[in-house]
This record gives sequence, structure tokens and C-alpha cells, in this order.
Amino acid sequence: MGIAPVIEVSGIRKAYGRTVAVDEVSFTVNPGEIFGLIGPNGAGKTTTMECVEGLRTPDRGAISILGMDPFRDVYRLQVRIGVQLQQAQLQKRIKVWEAVALWASLYPKPVEGKRLLERLGLGEKRNAKFMTLSGGQKQRLFIALALINDPEVVFLDELTTGLDPQARRAIWDLVRGIRERGKTVFMTTHLMEEAERLCDRVAIIEHGRIIDIGSPDELVGRHCPERTVMLSTEHGLAEERLRAMPQAEEVTRQDSRFTVRGRGDDFVTEVIHCLSENQIRVTDFRTMLPNLEDVFLKLTGHSIRD
Amino acid sequence: MLRGLWHLTWLEIKIFLREPMGAIGTIVFPVILFVALGRAVGGRPTPRSLGAISFVTVGLPVLAAVLIALGAVSSLVTIIAIYREGGILKRLRATPLRPQTILTAHVLVKLLLSALSLLLMVVAGKRYYPVDVQVPVFGFTMALLISTWSILSLGFLIASIVPTARFAQPISGAILYPMIAVCGLFVPIQALPPVLRAMARVTPLTYAVSLLEGIWKGEAWSAHLGDVASLAVVFAVCVALSAKVFRWE
Ligand SMILES: Nc1ncnc2c1ncn2[C@@H]1O[C@H](COP(=O)(O)OP(=O)(O)OP(=O)(O)O)[C@@H](O)[C@H]1O
Ligand SMILES: [Mg+2]
Repeated sequence: MGIAPVIEVSGIRKAYGRTVAVDEVSFTVNPGEIFGLIGPNGAGKTTTMECVEGLRTPDRGAISILGMDPFRDVYRLQVRIGVQLQQAQLQKRIKVWEAVALWASLYPKPVEGKRLLERLGLGEKRNAKFMTLSGGQKQRLFIALALINDPEVVFLDELTTGLDPQARRAIWDLVRGIRERGKTVFMTTHLMEEAERLCDRVAIIEHGRIIDIGSPDELVGRHCPERTVMLSTEHGLAEERLRAMPQAEEVTRQDSRFTVRGRGDDFVTEVIHCLSENQIRVTDFRTMLPNLEDVFLKLTGHSIRD
Repeated sequence: MLRGLWHLTWLEIKIFLREPMGAIGTIVFPVILFVALGRAVGGRPTPRSLGAISFVTVGLPVLAAVLIALGAVSSLVTIIAIYREGGILKRLRATPLRPQTILTAHVLVKLLLSALSLLLMVVAGKRYYPVDVQVPVFGFTMALLISTWSILSLGFLIASIVPTARFAQPISGAILYPMIAVCGLFVPIQALPPVLRAMARVTPLTYAVSLLEGIWKGEAWSAHLGDVASLAVVFAVCVALSAKVFRWE
């Protein structure tokens, strides 16, 4: 693309005593994208992210972020990035507006705290103490703190873990909003659905190593080309015609319900084409497309939820 | 470059005062102890209790002052441990705040509270002292602040390494209580066995007590330069060490 990446990680390794948390990890994050690091618990997501943030130093390898070395230039870097940590708290009795005001006082060009809180739906909680906030409200506050300095890159580590689906969706909208403001987002998650809905590109990491990188669609196309169509029809020749399709690898029938398996992006179109050409009327038609969950299963041999 | 120091200090004071039990305990407890003891021992001075009078007029104020200082240390250690355990330190680390700023803010809060506590004590003390006893309030306050600052640096060091909040109290207790025993307040240093005497010589509390006692009795600062210097050395050593061993998480 010719645009210089915002983050460039090459060959980093980090061990804690005998535990090798991250090994041979390399990837790049492009400007303006939401990049996700996905993997199960203990895969090394937080370690990788905190190395990029300058909070930990890798034993080996090189990291460049906004053209800087995160460890050597950590103080210059901090002004240009926004960070939300996986396991962070604030003082129990600090009030929402006080936290925002403190953070604002630490940076040269903060955005307006009041507006930021309103944008994140915390306008009415300005005077609430941190300990009285719900999980979702705390996460919003942490997002606010990560955005207070109008950063170029925003780091979000397991932003929605522990939230109910509704709060999760609301947070996803906020993250999309961050991208719309032209910022680059680097996030981690172990929720495949989250990665699929939010990320422009993802890196799948397991046991400290990156298995593959690409957009969710690319990864699915590359590793899970299988497509399944399920349909119901009373048409007498349906079975014969479906079996005659060269792309159909398997056709099973249960009374009037058919399951047709094939592979490739064109497969569903082929099935539709076959139905219309033979004037087969269907009363039900469903496709089952593989998703990142299936990619993960394929690549690692187990589900991300263990 | 201590960006955010005043903001953080002010914020921490407000947060501290929002926890009524902690605030009352830290500020008022030494005063109550002082008043209660003063009542019990010195309420009715008779010829037989001359020793008691000397304890009330010198020992008690110094004891109360020492309690203020130690209270400050253990609450510093606890609060830093809580901040570390809860990930608050880690969150602050990812901002332009420096560890020195965070620790300094907490030290300032503790010093301020110590001064407040002392002020209350002086007000309360007025009732238990003969009017003609001249107490060098300003000098004593300075001496207490210097002592607290130095002893707090020991707290810094402990705070830099205690792993969890649960360990904070026992560890700081294990270090601080023996210091009280040998500081010369209860048993004169000369009367201690050699091992304890050597111990007394390396704890900042001993110098703090000597300084506080002297200033309270109206001795000149010049007579206590050694104490002040020792306290300064303790401060420098502890700060340098804690900068090395400080753990964010
Ligand atoms: N400070 C540490 N000291 C020792 N081991 C650590 C430390 N931090 C992480 N580890 C280990 O390194 C490995 C990777 O941990 P990391 O926190 O990076 O995983 P993660 O992908 O973020 O997991 P999760 O989804 O649970 O947050 C784990 O085996 C973990 O036990
Ligand atoms: Mg993690």
C-alpha cells in the first residue's frame, strides 16, 4: 500500500522465568485500521501488547511504533498513545470527573473531558465514585482515559470481557467511532465474534506464537473454504439435480430437507443457479458459512473456549 | 519534572478524607492516645509522681509524635500496596506520571496529615500543661516533619517491595515495632545490650526521638545536627534503593 505501518513488531520473544510467553511474534498494524490479536487465555496477547506499549521489554526482537522505540522513547510515546489495560483499577473513591481531570492535566493537549464523557455515555456519572460504577461504566471510563490525550494509536486489551451482550455491543460502537476519527486501534480479545465484527485484520496467536494474520474474510477463505447450504423442497427431481452439480461434494437428504456441501466463495451462487435453472421451488433456504471460530478450530485443533 | 504532582496530591487528600474511618484513625488516634495517657498519668501531680511528670512533659509528646510518624509510614505502605495489587499503579504507569511523582504525592499527603494531627495534639495538650511551660511548637513541628520525612522514606522502601496489601501491615509492623522498642524512648540507649544498641544506631527512629526530645526540651538545633544528618542519610539511602527496587505490579 505504500503507507508506513504505525506499529511494526519483528521477531519478539518474552519469557518469564521458564515460561516462554511470546516467541517469534511479528506483525504490522496499518494506520486507521482496527487490528486484533485473538487467542485463548494465556496465549500471550497482553504480553505482546504491553511490549508495544513500552510497559514490558521483550528479551529479543524489535518493535517500532510511530517511528519510535517503545522502551527507549517511552516518555515521548506516552503522549501519542492511549492505553486501556486488561487488569486495571482506579482509586476506589476517585470520582469520574476527577480521574478525567487528572489525566487531562498530565498531557500537553487534552481533549475536553466533559464532552468526552458525554460522548461515552458517562455524562450523568461525572460525580460517581469509581467503586460505584458498573463493569461497563468502568470500561467506558477507561476508554475515556485512553482517549483524553487525543492519541494517534489506541490500545484496548480485552475491552469487553465480563460485560453482558448489550454493553458489549455498545462498546463495539464506541470502538468503531474511534476508528472513524482516524485513529489506529490495536486490540486483543478472545471473543471470535468480537474480532469478526470489529477488526479489519486479526492475528491469531496461540502458545505465544502467531499462527496466521489476515482480514477475517481472508482467514476464513484461506482455511475454511467449506460452505453448507440447507434447503427444503418437495420437488421430485431436487436430489438428482443437486447431486449432478459438479461443485457439490456431499448431498444428504432427510425427507424434504437437503444439506448440500461444497467449497469456495461461488458455491452458494452455484446452488441458487441450479435451483432456478431447474425451477425447483424451495420453502426454506439457509447457508452456513464458517467463521473465525471455525478457522481457529481448524488451525489449532481445539475450540478457543477450551 | 514532576508533572501532575499538585493535582495528584490534592486528589489523594480528597480521596483520603472520603474514607471517614481511615481519616479519623490516622489524624485523631494519636491525639486521643495522648490525651488519655496524659489524663491517666499526669492528672493529679503529686510529689511521688515526679517521674510521671517528666514522662508527660517530654516523653509523652515525643511518643505521640513518633506514633504520628509511624502511623504515616504504615498507611503509606498499605496504600501503595493496595494501589499495586489493584493495578492502580500499573494504570498510572501508562501515563506521563513518574513513580517519584506518585510516591512524593503520597508522602506530601502523609506529611500534611501528620502536621494536622500534631496541631490537634498541641491544642489538646494546652489543657494538660502548666501555663508557664514554653513549648517550641514551630521547632517541634519542623523536627517532626523532618523525622516523618525520613521515616517515610523507609516506608517508601518497604512500599516498593511488599507484594500484596495483606503483607503490608505485618511487614511494616515487623520492621517498625522493634524500632520503637530500641529508640531510646522507653529504655535509655546506654542501658541496652550491645546488640540492641547497634540496632538502635541504624534505625532512623532513634535519631528522630533524640531530635524530637531535644527540640521539645528547648535545646538548640545546633546540638542536633548529627540527628538531622543521620535522618538525611537514611532518607537518601532509602530513596535511592527504592528507586532501584520499585515494582509497579
Ligand atoms: N508477570 C508475569 N509473570 C510471570 N508469568 C507471566 C506474567 N505475565 C504473563 N505471564 C505468563 O505468560 C503467558 C502469557 O500471558 P498473557 O497475559 O500475555 O496472556 P493473554 O493472552 O493476555 O491471556 P488472557 O486472555 O488470559 O488475558 C501466560 O502463561 C502467563 O501465565
Ligand atoms: Mg491478557
